[in-house]
Amino acid sequence: MNRRTSRREFLRTAGVGAAGLGLASVIAVEPARATPMAMQEAIRKMVGPARVDPGRVKLELPPLVENGNTVPLAVSVESPMTAADHVKALHLFTEKNPQPDVASFRFGPRAGRASVATRIRLADTQTVVAICELSDGSFWSASASVVVTLAACLEDA
Amino acid sequence: MASALINVPARAKRGEIIEIKTLISHAMETGYRRTQLGALIPRDIIRLFVCTYNGTEVFRAELHPAIAANPFIAFSTVATESGTLTFHWTGDNGFSMTESAAIVVG
Repeated sequence: MNRRTSRREFLRTAGVGAAGLGLASVIAVEPARATPMAMQEAIRKMVGPARVDPGRVKLELPPLVENGNTVPLAVSVESPMTAADHVKALHLFTEKNPQPDVASFRFGPRAGRASVATRIRLADTQTVVAICELSDGSFWSASASVVVTLAACLEDA
Repeated sequence: MASALINVPARAKRGEIIEIKTLISHAMETGYRRTQLGALIPRDIIRLFVCTYNGTEVFRAELHPAIAANPFIAFSTVATESGTLTFHWTGDNGFSMTESAAIVVG
C-alpha cells in the first residue's frame, strides 16, 4: 500500500479540516442563543403535558423588518370572552433570541377581547410562535417567520 | 425617572370594549449586551405589568428581555362602571411605577 497521500486525498482532508475549523470559530464567536429545541422546551414548560394544536390564534408580524430592536407585533384570538369560555393566557416564544420566552399575557372575561399589541426584539431571522391557553384547558398556536436585517440584543453598548 | 403615557377613552358606554394603550420609558437592558471592554451589562428590565379596574385585575403581562425598549402594550377591557384604571409596572432593581386614569361609563 502506498503511504504517500495523493493530491486528491490531501485536498479532501484539508477541506474537511478547514470546514471543521470554520464551524468551530462560528461556535466560538456565536453568543449563547436559544435554539428551536430550547424554544420547544420552553413551550413544554409553559404548556405541560397538554397537546398544542395549530389554529385559532392570529399572530401579526411584518414579514421583513429592518431593525430587530423594535418589531411591532399583534396577537389575538377569536373568543366570546365569557366566564365559561375565555382565553386565559397568550404566550410568545422565539426560536433564536438569547432566551426563548418573550412575554406572557394573562386575561380574564373582563378583558372583553383577547388581543394584545406590543413591540419585541428579534436577534435574527426566525420564527415567532404564539400559544394561547383557553379556559377549557386546550392550547392553540400560530407562528410567523420574520426576516431581520439588523439584529437586536447582541450589539455593543 | 420613568414617565408613562396612557391612552384610555374618557367616556364609554356600559359593556363597550375599550382599547387601552400604554407606553413607559425604560431601557429594558437585556443582560446580553457587552460594553466595548467586554463587560456584561447587567439585566435591567420591567418584568411585570398589571392593570386593575376599580381594584379588580383585568390584564397582566409578564415580560422578558425580548420586549423592546420603552415597552408599549395595547390591550382591551370591558367598560363596566365609572371609576379608575390603575396601571402598575414592576421590574429589576426595585423598579416600580404606578399610573392611573379615570373613566366615565354611562
